[in-house]
Amino acid sequence: MGSFSIFPPRASTTAGEVDALYGFLLLVGIAMTVLIFFFVFFFAIRYRRRGPEDRPKAIHGSIPLEIAWSVIPFLIMLVMFGWGTKLYFENYTPPPRDTLDIYVIGKQWMWKVQYPGGQREINELHVPTGRAVKLTLASEDVIHSFYIPAFRLKHDVVPGSYQTYWFEPTKPGRYHIFCAEYCGTNHSRMIGWVTVMEPAHYQEWLSGGSTGETMAAQGEKVFEQYGCVTCHVLDQDGRSPSLRNVFGKPVQLDDGRTVVADEAYLRESVLNPNAKTVKGYHRDIMPVFQGQIGEQSLMQLIVYLKSLSDAKPGDEASK
Amino acid sequence: MSTTLPHPDLDVQTNYLNAGYGWKSWLFTTDHKRIALLYLFSITAFFFVGGAFAVAMRINLLSPTGVFGHDTYNKLFTMHGVIMVFFFLVPSIPATLGNFLIPPMIGARDLAFPRINLLSWYIYIVGGVMALTAIVRGGVDTGWTFYAPFSSTYSNTHVILAAMGVFVAGFSSILTGLNFIITIHTMRAPGMYWSRLPLFVWGHYATALIQVLATPVLAITLFLLCLERLLSAGIFDPGLGGDPVLFQHLFWFYSHPAVYIMILPGMAVISELVACFSRKAVFGYGFVAFSSVAIAVLSFLVWGHHLFVAGQSMYASMVFSFISFLVAVPSAIKVFNWTATMYQGSVSYDTPMLYAFGFIGLFTIGGLTGLFLATMAIDVHVTDTYFVIAHFHYVMVGGMVMAYLGGIHFWFPKITGRLYPEGWAKFAALVIFVGFNLTFFPQFILGYLGMPRRYATYADEFHTLNVMSTAGASILGIGYLIPMIYLAWAWRYGPKSPQNPWGAKGLEWEQSPTPPPTFNFVTPPVVTEPAYNYSGEKEEVELG
Repeated sequence: MGSFSIFPPRASTTAGEVDALYGFLLLVGIAMTVLIFFFVFFFAIRYRRRGPEDRPKAIHGSIPLEIAWSVIPFLIMLVMFGWGTKLYFENYTPPPRDTLDIYVIGKQWMWKVQYPGGQREINELHVPTGRAVKLTLASEDVIHSFYIPAFRLKHDVVPGSYQTYWFEPTKPGRYHIFCAEYCGTNHSRMIGWVTVMEPAHYQEWLSGGSTGETMAAQGEKVFEQYGCVTCHVLDQDGRSPSLRNVFGKPVQLDDGRTVVADEAYLRESVLNPNAKTVKGYHRDIMPVFQGQIGEQSLMQLIVYLKSLSDAKPGDEASK
Repeated sequence: MSTTLPHPDLDVQTNYLNAGYGWKSWLFTTDHKRIALLYLFSITAFFFVGGAFAVAMRINLLSPTGVFGHDTYNKLFTMHGVIMVFFFLVPSIPATLGNFLIPPMIGARDLAFPRINLLSWYIYIVGGVMALTAIVRGGVDTGWTFYAPFSSTYSNTHVILAAMGVFVAGFSSILTGLNFIITIHTMRAPGMYWSRLPLFVWGHYATALIQVLATPVLAITLFLLCLERLLSAGIFDPGLGGDPVLFQHLFWFYSHPAVYIMILPGMAVISELVACFSRKAVFGYGFVAFSSVAIAVLSFLVWGHHLFVAGQSMYASMVFSFISFLVAVPSAIKVFNWTATMYQGSVSYDTPMLYAFGFIGLFTIGGLTGLFLATMAIDVHVTDTYFVIAHFHYVMVGGMVMAYLGGIHFWFPKITGRLYPEGWAKFAALVIFVGFNLTFFPQFILGYLGMPRRYATYADEFHTLNVMSTAGASILGIGYLIPMIYLAWAWRYGPKSPQNPWGAKGLEWEQSPTPPPTFNFVTPPVVTEPAYNYSGEKEEVELG
């Protein structure tokens, strides 16, 4: 079992930062606990009952004390709030640079992982050190939660939507993946391993597992198979808008709003096209694909659409 | 009502316990004290059912590969949660001690609506029987949180029966709350101003507000859940066009305030105990009273801190995090004021005070670890792990159950007219304190190490801490059995109690016989002094 520690292994850039904040909270927590325990014991012993006729004088309170012990803890809590919020925003906002995008689908009771190069794994995730990795998470059934304690990160995997988070691994090794949101019978078996590798080893590993067909190429097949190609003619706006250079760009809607075409928008527009119609195009032309296309094909399709765009994830954030 | 009026020439020997015999005199009673006892016996039964599930869970977790199998374990933790939360913790102090004590404390003959009070017990029993039926017929496996779409579409267990049991029991909670609010507003004795109300009553008033305002939302949520399960109405399941996160918003809109339904009455009891066993007025009475109301109000604005990793907007999360820190302030104010109450007091170590010490210590740890969870970046790591389990049990078991046992011991002479064996009681309090910490402290460490909750099997490195926790649970289990035995014995064979064995202040001790007659007072009480006037000051003292 090795040496005992109250910290799990630290294997990402966030792990050390979360542990530092945790250390601060522990310090404050222990100090407060010691303070209160000390006074409770001290008063209980110092002012113990000396006889049945003890009638101590009443003390009704003290406004300065009340203010002090409301305001001082509150100020300390403001530090916790500020620090925790800053870290949370950093950890959940994808970095404005090229990320390695990996796609994860949860289903009762396994994790299906697919890489842009087309490689697939179950309950295993391989990532290189020194590079920001962005996970796009989808669920085929109930809510799951993709939790990697060594990275101090998790996010619920909510059916009907894409959830994302990112991390930058720092230390090669094998670390637990746990499902953290109760999902039925084999919830505690919905576990796996993330393997962090040096970049050189990672390239080696990737080429070893190659299927020959990238996710984008698989997505292109889906694009043809579902007949998308008949209306969405590339490089030509016809009955339907061309999908080249759509991902990551602002889209004008017929109700006057403008949205950025991210994964969530593309997902919604495939499954329920009438939710947000592009300006200048008719509603009810495109069929509803809700329930017609599986999560895996949909992800491949979206990777294909992303490959048609020259936009990098950073453009989205800088707009 | 007229049939239960006492004989005009009052015999002091007649009390609510011997005013009538036979099952009808209990099952058709409208006396708040008898109804409190009906509740007391029912929730004790539920406590031991829920406790048995906990014991089975801890046995399962003795081995990393589990003992009972996945489905069984999933049902065990679900039923432990459902029973303990909805059928023990929510009614625990309000329906027993609150029901028994609020009328005598404010100088009233009974609650405002005695028959509704009895009705709420029957509703509670109907809800409880529905939940028990679900258990007997094979159980439920959704977790006490009933998250959709697992509960609405995927689970193959008795979700509807269990959820409807909780739905029904909710009405009992609403009616009790309503009864308390109206009683406290309209039935105070002459001279019992709001500024003279015992803090026990203030705490219950705040609790009742939450019960009345929050419980309907739970009812709606569970009703929608059953609608989706029965009729496939697309509300929560995205496969049907629903939104699963909506369920979490609705569920926690009740269930976060509900944890204050569970803890405020405990705080209410502690204020009484600390004052009596320090022979001092509660330090900062006005602040302690107001902090209960502040907690009740703020409790409605923090539910989103359960959704930091659920896909809620980051800015919404930020606001919920901030308000969660705010709600910690009134809780801290209470702890500081209780501690300060002992300053220059006359502190005795009777059993109820030992429980109060335990409460202050364990609630402090429970409350401080709540700050960890309000800090978003920490919550991302520890939410849905054993850290949350440990935090919740420090507040609910270390806090609420300690307060409940302290209150039961403190008012045992009032309720039964008998004294309990002090030596055994102190021994049991110590066993419970040790067992509790050994059970739940290792779970904080397990949580930060990353062990998720609701795991029937777990990785090997978590083994040692789980064995420690199970060892603690067996001590805790024995600790809870000891008071059952000596209190039952003392009820029958204990020495007779004087009217006010603790020398406590308050109408229920000073002006009401022990045990009280059916209508609590022989002569209508009049209040002439502030609460907790242990020093015997003549003049009215300004608050604060």
